[in-house]
Amino acid sequence: MSEIMGSETKGSPFLRRFIRVMSTPQKIMGSILFILLVLFVFFPAVNLLYTAFTFSFSDKVLPQVVDRGIKAVPGKFTLVHFERVFDSGLTKNMFLIPLLHTIIITIGLTFTALTIGTILAWIVVRSDIPAKKLIANLATIPYIIPAWPTALAWLTVFKNNRVGGAPGWFQYIFHVAPPNWLSYGPVPIIICLSLHYYAYAFIIGSGALATIDSRLEETGELLGASKWQVMRKITFPLVLPSIFSAFILTFSRGIGVFGTPAFLGIPVRYFTLSTQLYSNIRNNLSGDAYVIAIVMILITGITIYMNIKVIGARKSFVTISGKGFRAKTVSLGSMKYIILILIIIFLIIAVFMPLYVLTWQSLMDVDGNYSFSNITFHFWIGKAGSLDSRGILLAEGQAGILRNKMILSGAWNSIKLALFSAFFASVLGILIGYSIVRDRGKILSKMNDALSFAPYIFPGIAFGAIYLSMFAKAHGPIPALYGTFAILVLVSVAKHVPYSSRTGTAAMMQVNRELEEAAELQGAGFLTRFSKIIFPLTKSGLVAGFMLSFITVMRELSLVVLLVTPKTKVLTTMIYNYVQLGFHQFGDAITMLVVAITLTGTVIIRRFQKTDLSKGIGG
Amino acid sequence: MAREKIRIVNLCKRWRDVTAIDNMNLSIEEGDFITLLGPSGCGKTTTLRSIAGLEEPTSGELYLNNKLVFSKKEEIVVSPAKRNLGLVFQSYALWPHMTVFDNIAFGLRIKKLPKSEVKMKVLSVLKDMKLEGYEERYPQELSGGQQQRIAIARMIVNRPDIYLMDEPLSNLDAKLRVDMRSELKELHQRSGATTVYVTHDQVEAMTMSTKISIMKDGVIQQIGTPEEVYRRPANLFVAEFISNPKMNFFNAEVLSEGGNRFINAGGIKLNIKPGLIQNQSSVKAAIRPEDFIITDSGIEYEVTSYLPSGSTSLVYAKRGEDKIAIMLDGSYKAEAGDKIKVGIKKGLFNLYDIETGNKIF
Repeated sequence: MSEIMGSETKGSPFLRRFIRVMSTPQKIMGSILFILLVLFVFFPAVNLLYTAFTFSFSDKVLPQVVDRGIKAVPGKFTLVHFERVFDSGLTKNMFLIPLLHTIIITIGLTFTALTIGTILAWIVVRSDIPAKKLIANLATIPYIIPAWPTALAWLTVFKNNRVGGAPGWFQYIFHVAPPNWLSYGPVPIIICLSLHYYAYAFIIGSGALATIDSRLEETGELLGASKWQVMRKITFPLVLPSIFSAFILTFSRGIGVFGTPAFLGIPVRYFTLSTQLYSNIRNNLSGDAYVIAIVMILITGITIYMNIKVIGARKSFVTISGKGFRAKTVSLGSMKYIILILIIIFLIIAVFMPLYVLTWQSLMDVDGNYSFSNITFHFWIGKAGSLDSRGILLAEGQAGILRNKMILSGAWNSIKLALFSAFFASVLGILIGYSIVRDRGKILSKMNDALSFAPYIFPGIAFGAIYLSMFAKAHGPIPALYGTFAILVLVSVAKHVPYSSRTGTAAMMQVNRELEEAAELQGAGFLTRFSKIIFPLTKSGLVAGFMLSFITVMRELSLVVLLVTPKTKVLTTMIYNYVQLGFHQFGDAITMLVVAITLTGTVIIRRFQKTDLSKGIGG
Repeated sequence: MAREKIRIVNLCKRWRDVTAIDNMNLSIEEGDFITLLGPSGCGKTTTLRSIAGLEEPTSGELYLNNKLVFSKKEEIVVSPAKRNLGLVFQSYALWPHMTVFDNIAFGLRIKKLPKSEVKMKVLSVLKDMKLEGYEERYPQELSGGQQQRIAIARMIVNRPDIYLMDEPLSNLDAKLRVDMRSELKELHQRSGATTVYVTHDQVEAMTMSTKISIMKDGVIQQIGTPEEVYRRPANLFVAEFISNPKMNFFNAEVLSEGGNRFINAGGIKLNIKPGLIQNQSSVKAAIRPEDFIITDSGIEYEVTSYLPSGSTSLVYAKRGEDKIAIMLDGSYKAEAGDKIKVGIKKGLFNLYDIETGNKIF
């Protein structure tokens, strides 16, 4: 009756269908991504469980094994790690106290950071405060720079002589040692973390407030509601999902945070789960460490689950959108300038003081002497083996950071790591975004969505521990990667997949499907469509995602601290080691270097691309 | 008879629990301008996308130019690019990062035409579409009407056999829409290309089409010329949908008088052929507002409101429970409360079965 068109008629119908469905770009891509996600997200998580439930070589010396005469065959099933963590003489110190500390810090941090962040956001977005743009720009700086410099600066100011080393500014000026609770432990940890993480709540909160159409509120007012009622009944419920998002974000960061409690807690043995996990690994108790990692993942997972239950939307943790209305502002009246001054003081303390303090300390010859005569540039640019004015060998003969081969190679490693990871993470992100958006509702798409979200619930230190456990030995075609640069890239990319895939998905959502279909109708193949249509249209989102990944990897400590070896050291782990060894000037100088690189990176990319930092943060 | 251009056979499209197209059969002849008309969600866009190959139907067959391009049974799916058709999207889908020229040249460049030929063709189509001088501009710098024309230019420059248009005028303002209607009609007459046009706007369908296919819930309710569809709606749904100005409906009794049967529609007597109605004691009568007349032999109604609009006047009137709308000449004057005598132009009414909704007459 009729002839058949084209070449789509070879083979059996079933085979044709299979080939056709599987050869759509989203299916090919989805399948490849699925395999990658299984390999680098799912398997590591399984491996973590496996390691926690089996003996390892070092377990032979555990008292629980020796006393009972158990043969600790590596790889054999055991509950000994769980027993040690949850039900033994060690439980209190190894688990309960760190857990309590973690909870105290997380709750304190979440409460403080959310309060500061949302209030600041409301003032900037909805009040008539002057210099809004300036405040907004300054207030987001902590988001760009790492969290732990504040802790280092805190130490510089409030260190007392309890743990040895030179005392801080406070003691230098007042000749009184600051009390312990002010120098170390929960109070400074919460303060330092809050001074950083408020920026997250601020970005999310101001994003949400800016998208509320003020007509919604005006309608309420026209119906006779008071300003307070409008706030309570209209504004607050509208921003509530965002507040929950900020809550989840801060809370999950709080559970996993490592740098700050390491600097301000470990010296006085104030352990949190993350620092306890770290010290367990360092003490060859990896089985115990992995049990703690499981606990941390469970806490984060349960919190997110409860958030989903309350908010009812799985993706509510990303509610940042760029679009804004001109919202009507509330007049602060004569309070305006007082509030402005308070905000300025706050921003100086939160943003500038830490950097200023660290810069100063990096210029000190003798640690703890804050007079001008003590200033030296040795720690930055000094030659190896230089002597100071008193003829003492500077920095135990080490060269300043900008001349120091080891540190420069660390800097190169850091930049390389950040560039590679950011590149792969953004490429992966856009591909995941494409396959999820174009294949919406299909099983493969759903599984990829879920898998790409999973690393979000793994705290950085736990994720590092997972990779350590997984890649310490070879698995099939994957060689033992421990000690290589590749494992750092892998772990960074995998940890950033939740963010980059969200950025990618958001970017892909903006490309109306019809734009691609119009090209398809004109005969453009997938590669042409991708390079000519999709890529140009998602470029700015990609660059924003790249920038975000670059600065987060650049400043990352907890994720890589367990995975670096002397050969693959990065700046952040060097800082950690220097500070542990009491070389504060070096630590501070390198910190400033990291800050300078991340800030420069941000500025450069912002110049070239008019992207908004808040875009694609999503946590 | 003209050649068959598009044939849709037993086509179905289902998503989990939604049926977008329900066993559709449709034949479209070469040179037709057929409009798929229906409320939103009736499956008209899905049908269009299935023809284009952008949507894969759940079952059925599709022939273009008598060639099988889709068959579920045979698992044959010819890719959209090989179907030699063009589509104007509702959103226009103009690529915002390309100039007008690049947008239009895209398909030609894919076909690897020589540069000079691309340029010639693009400039010529720009001239046809009255877009000369805009080639270096970006789509978003142009007005809605111009964007619309770029989208059409991008389609016709590739010389497709079949034009598909998905509510192309819905994003334009009222005046522009009227202008574009006549432009599209001219385009169709000039090119002679078979056109499938999707809209929910009755006037668009009536003014441009050679044929209208009215759809509801994935099922074609009636196919016919605009005249047929307007004058003889096949069922109550079509009568209600093609109802601008508003159709009058009556629950009308079937009465007998001296062996002759007639219908009482709001007091107005409608004569019917003997034997037309057998069992029903009442039917639904549909009368268009312009088919009423004011006559001394008419039935008395009371005017409830009078809405003149220049060329015509719309009069709302009632008689007990019955309310009617009457379209009269613009010179007709009335006031609320006036008594008028209403009759009907001979034979200009339709009768529907109350239960099935199908046309009796």
